[in-house]
Amino acid sequence: MTSPTTTSAATSSASLTAATLTSATNSVASTSLAVPLYRLAHSRAGDKGNRSNLSLIAHDPAYYDHLVEHITADAVARWFGYRQPAHVERYLLPTLCAMNFVLDEVLDGGVNGSLNLDAHGKGLSFWLLDMPVAPPPGFDANGDGIIEQTVD
Amino acid sequence: MPTAPFLIGSASGFSGDRTDAAGPVVDTLIARGGPAALMYETLAERTLALAQLEREHHPQGGFDPQLDDLVGPVIERCLRHDIAIIGNFGAANPPGAAQRLHDLASAQGIPDARIAIVHGDDLSGPAYRDLLRECIGPQFDDLDVVSANAYLGAEAIADALRGGAQIVVAGRVADPSLAVGPAMAHFGWAADDWERLGRATMAGHLLECGTQVTGGYFADPGFKDVPDLHAVGFPIAEINADGSCVIGKADFTGGCVDPRTVKEQLLYEVHDPARYLTPDVVADISQARVVDLGNDRVALGGVTGHARPDRLKVNVCYRGGWLAEAEISYAGPRAEARARLAADVIIQRLGPDLPVRIDLIGAVSILGDDRGDMLRGAPHGSARDVRLRVACSQHDKRQAQRIVREVTALYTNGPAGGGGVRTTLKPRLNLISCFVPREAVRSGWNMLTPGSTA
Repeated sequence: MTSPTTTSAATSSASLTAATLTSATNSVASTSLAVPLYRLAHSRAGDKGNRSNLSLIAHDPAYYDHLVEHITADAVARWFGYRQPAHVERYLLPTLCAMNFVLDEVLDGGVNGSLNLDAHGKGLSFWLLDMPVAPPPGFDANGDGIIEQTVD
Repeated sequence: MPTAPFLIGSASGFSGDRTDAAGPVVDTLIARGGPAALMYETLAERTLALAQLEREHHPQGGFDPQLDDLVGPVIERCLRHDIAIIGNFGAANPPGAAQRLHDLASAQGIPDARIAIVHGDDLSGPAYRDLLRECIGPQFDDLDVVSANAYLGAEAIADALRGGAQIVVAGRVADPSLAVGPAMAHFGWAADDWERLGRATMAGHLLECGTQVTGGYFADPGFKDVPDLHAVGFPIAEINADGSCVIGKADFTGGCVDPRTVKEQLLYEVHDPARYLTPDVVADISQARVVDLGNDRVALGGVTGHARPDRLKVNVCYRGGWLAEAEISYAGPRAEARARLAADVIIQRLGPDLPVRIDLIGAVSILGDDRGDMLRGAPHGSARDVRLRVACSQHDKRQAQRIVREVTALYTNGPAGGGGVRTTLKPRLNLISCFVPREAVRSGWNMLTPGSTA
């Protein structure tokens, strides 16, 4: 926060969720329905140095191909753009219905250099899981967590 | 070659893990009756540097400070039931830890335990300066080095067990090697049996973080529920003669082992799944499969391995200046706005020469980046209980102290209603990793001669 914005009053009641951040940065062109990724998959964050790895494991094998199609390395790189990853690599593990994302240089220097309270980036898996994704065909979203996603 | 499964229990997954972990694991190993070992993983990346600093002040110390509590409750039962104990709890002083374990066993009526010490990981001595400079580069000369340790593999552990050791005390070894060593010794695998070593390495990988495979670091209410998380049990791997394994946990404990917990831990800290590098082998889980056997047991198959790397990883820890952190809280109406104003005051007071990280705990803290891009880009919210955190890292202690003073001064000079200031200023240990040729590291083991290390 090197050039902070000073506010005399909070003008927005929005909480800082992924959806509000997304809508704050995207221009509105059209909308589509999406669900947060945690409806379809689970994830764990690991770290080595200044590199984070995020597994993404389908809750149901039936979701796997849909996840492979939508949760690409580019999409994850954009979602973590505020961390300025130098590179995002995706590895597929079809026998586990899982993917592994490796994000280079997203830990502000890692356990050594980072000033982040969570220098390991343990919480980053839940940022990934907040990513909006189109529901797979036939998915009963059942209202829970449905996001009206803006699409360029 | 034995054909029955070999059981390896995990009794610790990191420095600072629970000290009541081992009891139920050892109870289970004894009840099942087969050949078994118990492993303790207690070293995070910088634990060894802290241990080295401790040893500078207390030459007899420098091993895991919780050693008595970790091993004391089970050492007698393990020795009497032929359950080998393998741990990296030796940290910066494996001989000291071995002597301490000898004293513990003696006090419990076993004065003749055979305790082995693995040596060779410590590269902090003058003999290795040229090697480290070559691997790190000229910047090595500017580092105030505290510790330098190579990641050793399973061979010295296996050799010590084959040599009759009942307990093996190591410093830095690759975490999975703590399981690969006893499996190698038990089954008589060769050091270039890449398939079996690859499989056993992934068994060790599942064990090395303790309960992270049995429901720890996993629970997410409503999506991934874990029974009795407060009493989560530590894992036990049943290693087969071909290196494949079934992962389970201690009897009569909480937690769960299912395909989800196993997959999450299998990929934990993995980069390329086809190339998981350890000193022993390049393990390959690109075709791994898990099968739920029920009753908290999951089989891992489809793992293989390739020839081990030519080089060993070395962690070098050095003094890295000062970390200053200071916090102040705002509550009630417009709390977030007042916290943001306080941040603005701090930044204007410190000026551009002293960059700091700003967090608003209760609004955006750990997801943000050091530059503050996320916090700046986020809509200003209406959080009603917000704690401002300011942090900086500086080589000059007096510079670091400035943020402590400025945040403290917010009490009277900042926005309305600021309270609860806490500040810390502490020295930093930084880490740099490099790789050295395997042959440059001379590792081995020796049996403790009690009293010789005092």
